[in-house]
Amino acid sequence: MTRTVVIGIGNDYRGDDAIGLAVARLLRGVTYAEVVENGGDPIALIDAWTGADLAIVIDATRSGCPPGTVTVHDGLHAEPTGHGSTHALSLADAIELGRALDRLPARLVVIGIEGADFTLGAPLSPPVEATLPEIARTIEATA
Amino acid sequence: MTHKTIRVGGLSRVEGEGSLFIQARQGRITDVQLNIYEPPRFFEALLRGRAYTEPPDITARICGICPVAYQMSACQALESICDVTVDGPLRDLRLLLYYGEWIESHALHIYLLHAPDFLGYPSGVAMAADHRDLVERGLALKKAGNELVAAVGGRAIHPINVRVGGFYRAPSKRELTPVAERLRRARDAAVATVRWVAGFDFPDIEHDYRFLALTHPGEYAILSGDVATSDGLRFPIADWPSHVVEEHLPHSTALHARLDGVAGYLTGPLARYALNSPQLSGLTRQAAAEIGFGPICRNPYQSIIVRALETLHACDEALRLIDDYIEPDRPFVPAEPRAGIGHGASEAPRGTLYHRYRLDAEGLIAEADIVPPTAQNQARIEDDLRALAEPRLALPTAELAALCERAVRNHDPCISCSAHFLDLHIHHD
Repeated sequence: MTRTVVIGIGNDYRGDDAIGLAVARLLRGVTYAEVVENGGDPIALIDAWTGADLAIVIDATRSGCPPGTVTVHDGLHAEPTGHGSTHALSLADAIELGRALDRLPARLVVIGIEGADFTLGAPLSPPVEATLPEIARTIEATA
Repeated sequence: MTHKTIRVGGLSRVEGEGSLFIQARQGRITDVQLNIYEPPRFFEALLRGRAYTEPPDITARICGICPVAYQMSACQALESICDVTVDGPLRDLRLLLYYGEWIESHALHIYLLHAPDFLGYPSGVAMAADHRDLVERGLALKKAGNELVAAVGGRAIHPINVRVGGFYRAPSKRELTPVAERLRRARDAAVATVRWVAGFDFPDIEHDYRFLALTHPGEYAILSGDVATSDGLRFPIADWPSHVVEEHLPHSTALHARLDGVAGYLTGPLARYALNSPQLSGLTRQAAAEIGFGPICRNPYQSIIVRALETLHACDEALRLIDDYIEPDRPFVPAEPRAGIGHGASEAPRGTLYHRYRLDAEGLIAEADIVPPTAQNQARIEDDLRALAEPRLALPTAELAALCERAVRNHDPCISCSAHFLDLHIHHD
């Protein structure tokens, strides 16, 4: 039996940064995967995916693409994307730390959603919120 | 070269977002600005009009690393208005939760953020490639803290089990047993951590710090106490506003704190240790003696040793509390609101965290004031930077910038929580 884990990363108080959490909440209770919310602790991220056959990580991005752009990466083979993220360790750092410690899942899919507004207290912006059904379908098709 | 400007747009291995700006002319530093973007102001505004029961949950979101600190300072401020005292096993549970947070936070800082500076690595990730066993030891230590927080607080990040008056539910003794097993191994790892960091090569620098920390007659203060300073000042937490005044500086969204009119005091591990080290657990004092570490440390680089000792103390005390734990008759003391002002403070991993609330007669929050440790330390960190940089202005800018970042990391500033982007720029003017 394969073990699949879906991990939504985000902060509820930072606008579109919360999209990963919103996805995790939408998928809570699905039978095809464990669903985990991550508030930004990179070590908890590594703990969550250690031993998994497939981990799907959902996080907000800020790359200059139009808000609501959804990108899907192979997390194990993509180029590390520099600095970023909460608490001094980015998702890319967590992947590299997992690699150094031999604690990566067999497959790692990273779904990025381009955010528009990361200000404190802002709600999800409409173009970002509108991606929820598409992301849920992508995750189900991947898992 | 007569002018030099150093800008570090995003400080690496510092919690949250921040930047650093230093300017020099003719060999003298003319300006040091640690720019920090702090969310407490936003939360203070958010809290107004909310019910008195809400701050423990809302303020816990200010920091992903120290939510328990926010919860504990908030609860105590609100309980003082409601005239409620949380003591006995409920207070012990709060201590237990708080020790979990210290273990989590200190283990992360020691192993992944601070140790790379001493071992010559640009990051914890790079260090992990060569020192896998060491990093795994740090992560196991952190995990023991996470599990303790989860067992008492309901979950490891942003605990949900805390309420004004105590907890929604008290854990059973049986639920704490597996946590204790892991903590026993963590305590061994903490002893090993003390010995490991004590062997680092430390720059020979001491500063004449004015320390500020809580102090408590019965314990190495973490959850509550009076405010004490290294020059002999002592006052109850309710007097905080008459001693500590915050001022706004244009370069920062954080306020700078002054103590009796003077900026530049230091709160955090070095301050706690200097004021309270005789109250550390027996095992911790023994570990300090073994490495020849005296009762006061003024070398900011050696804060890593103090964090290691505090981690050991937290493991040791948490184990004692679990061994002695008797489930409370009820998980909380009922707290009825009334109009009034309340003050609360506790020792977050980074230092003293003060909260003040004013409630109206319906129990709604009319005013909230939060003074986080990093805002208090900001002026002092800038002093450290000035002392470091001025004699070294001839160094290449990148090298000097790296030294400055390192000096900032000594104080583990929690600059803000949590956005998922941080860009690093260094350039000359």
